[in-house]
Amino acid sequence: MRHTISLLVENKFGVLSRVAGLFSGRGFNIESLSVGETLDPQISLMTIVTQGDDRIIEQITKQLNKLIDVIKVVDLTEMDHVEREMILIKITPKPEDRAETLRIAEIFRGRIVDSSPRTYTIQITGDEKKIEAAIELLRPMGIKELVRTGKVAIAREGVKKREM
Amino acid sequence: MKLTGAEIFIECLKKEKVDTIFGYPGGVVLNIFDLLYDDKDLRVILTRHEQGATHAADGYARASGKPGVVLVTSGPGATNTVTGIANAFMDSIPVIIFSGQVPTKLIGNDAFQEADIVGISRPCTKYNYLVKDIRDIASIIKEAFHIATSGRPGPVLVDLPKDVTAGKSEFIYPEEINIRSYNPTYAGNRWQIKQAAVAIAKARKPVIYAGGGVILSNASEELIWLAEHTQIPVAMTLMGLGGFPGDDSLSLGMLGMHGSYYANMAIHNSDLIIAIGARFDDRVTGRVEGFAPDAKIIHIDIDPTSIRKNVRVDIPIVGDVKLVLKDLNEILKDEVKEQWSEIRKAWLKQIDEWKRERPLTYAWDEDIIKPQFVIEKIYELTKGDAIITTEVGQNQMWTAQFYKFHKPRTLLSSGGLGTMGYGFPAAIGAQIAFPDKLVIDIAGDGSIQMNIQELATAVIHKLKIKVAILNNQYLGMVRQWQELFFRERYSYSYLHTEQVPDFVKVAEAYGAVGLRAKKPSEVEPVIKEALRIKNTVFMDFFVDWREKVFPMVPAGGAIHEMIFGEETKQPEKKLKAVK
Ligand SMILES: Cc1ncc(C[n+]2csc(CCOP(=O)(O)OP(=O)(O)O)c2C)c(N)n1
Repeated sequence: MRHTISLLVENKFGVLSRVAGLFSGRGFNIESLSVGETLDPQISLMTIVTQGDDRIIEQITKQLNKLIDVIKVVDLTEMDHVEREMILIKITPKPEDRAETLRIAEIFRGRIVDSSPRTYTIQITGDEKKIEAAIELLRPMGIKELVRTGKVAIAREGVKKREM
Repeated sequence: MKLTGAEIFIECLKKEKVDTIFGYPGGVVLNIFDLLYDDKDLRVILTRHEQGATHAADGYARASGKPGVVLVTSGPGATNTVTGIANAFMDSIPVIIFSGQVPTKLIGNDAFQEADIVGISRPCTKYNYLVKDIRDIASIIKEAFHIATSGRPGPVLVDLPKDVTAGKSEFIYPEEINIRSYNPTYAGNRWQIKQAAVAIAKARKPVIYAGGGVILSNASEELIWLAEHTQIPVAMTLMGLGGFPGDDSLSLGMLGMHGSYYANMAIHNSDLIIAIGARFDDRVTGRVEGFAPDAKIIHIDIDPTSIRKNVRVDIPIVGDVKLVLKDLNEILKDEVKEQWSEIRKAWLKQIDEWKRERPLTYAWDEDIIKPQFVIEKIYELTKGDAIITTEVGQNQMWTAQFYKFHKPRTLLSSGGLGTMGYGFPAAIGAQIAFPDKLVIDIAGDGSIQMNIQELATAVIHKLKIKVAILNNQYLGMVRQWQELFFRERYSYSYLHTEQVPDFVKVAEAYGAVGLRAKKPSEVEPVIKEALRIKNTVFMDFFVDWREKVFPMVPAGGAIHEMIFGEETKQPEKKLKAVK
């Protein structure tokens, strides 16, 4: 099963490599990882999406907890939470598809952040399903390039956190 | 007053009550070595290889319970410590490694003798640091000692760039440290401990499975009390040997791949396993699916990641083994001991039968030295009162089987990593920690050649280490596997008779003493002579190269699926039983 794990870590050099090393050293795969400072500049928050059965996830969370620089580990999967990802997608539509491209972008509340005579670059944010759907609809328009941020996630307010 | 980084380094070590450093100099650490030149309180043991220094610090730590300290230079000096670091990491040994580093402004530039040792050692240290600012030296060193020695212990590396040790700063040693993300759990959960006590009371066929954690947390007394009071037999891992007296009637000796028949049978047939400071290593469990099918499992360990990693656990208790056992014993103490004897009678009788059925034995031979015989003789002549280190291979397993360890910290052996070349430098560390104790390294002819250069270190420091080389001219354990599982194709496991050096001459070349035994009758006189000599001694025993370690659980087998040697099928002249 896919899990979204939120990690509070010390904002120091080497921490990312420790976390990543923990996964690679055990043969666990990271599907996506995003990191950024929190309100406290000494602390960063990482959102990691990974796959595994219960035993693997239990090991991963215990091992993460054991890392000296990790302050807190929360598996968001089993609690109500909000997830977002952002993509930037560069489309090269044929002239007759340009209008359709803009229409699709609008459906997904995408924003055109750059355009040239032959391309549009669209920014779309949303949860995984929305992002996937947008990509599928835009694919026939001709995707030249695509970048994804990886997920960020946060628990909904009023939900009891399942700490580990 | 302002001190240089090197001076701060030295002051910090003194604050941590360090008196011995195992090390090797080089360009970027000369600032520090220069101060050590005439420091009265800090002794430097100059080894001949940085791997030797790291294993020596590790042996020092295992024998004494104090952290071991290593100081090496950048680049090759640092990378040479990696095997020693990984070795300490796998066996949870507190070692602090200080490596020199090129000046901060050169880091990342492929400078001369630069290596990213912080990156290289990250997966095999409990934690590591690159000190980028001289103002951080003191607090980092304090943290390093704290992290290495607390919780589940382990190696910590501190990389010290040259400009940091050369610069000047105010010296303030922090009173306290606070690492917000590091809070090991020491006290076990009361409710879980109660559950464990209930399970122990209910069990009919319980076995204690004791590991290195018992020794690391100095919990031997508590373990002995528990076993004696509740009459539960104790099987030990290699790392756990000595945690419970090997000559006690409740001792089952070692379990696992080369464990005793009776230890493995007891575990396999048990209805309750009390795992204490042990991590269900694959060498212990055999095929996990076949491990102790009817047993409930209680698992006590300070490291939560050890629990449920390899086997299902019914009662997990995270905490320091000593504290948890104290609490458990407190609950159990009201039950009368006699009552336990009654409950356990049938089970202990069954175990005695297993012990009689297949004791640890070997076939005696008049003409050729059996390696097990050498170890038995060493045990007999030392009465078990020695610190024994081992190398890796058959020598290690025979030592575990045929030497009975009475006390904790008397067996120093590379358990997790299985590092050939560990035993001799570890013996040096142990002898440095205890100059008056008898320290013996039981070695194979392959392994001893991996760090043989440390003879110089031993001789210079007038160490009286005895090295018993079980010389079979083969990488014996490899040969054994090839014989059993590779149709006797001895691919590159034969060391060639003429290429095994004359160990007597090697010893002499370094100023040590060399002795040799070629016949069984010479074994005892050689050991006695070695024990008499006040110098480092190599004892070169020409042993039967065909000998194999039995019993053995072949890879993929469950632990009761053991294979045995010929000798156990035909009890004859001199079958020796380990009681
Ligand atoms: C550094 C290292 N390299 C290789 C091995 C693999 N290995 C395990 S046992 C063994 C043979 C050891 O031979 P020897 O030291 O002669 O001891 P014996 O088994 O003959 O007692 C080898 C090569 C190892 N454990 N460590």
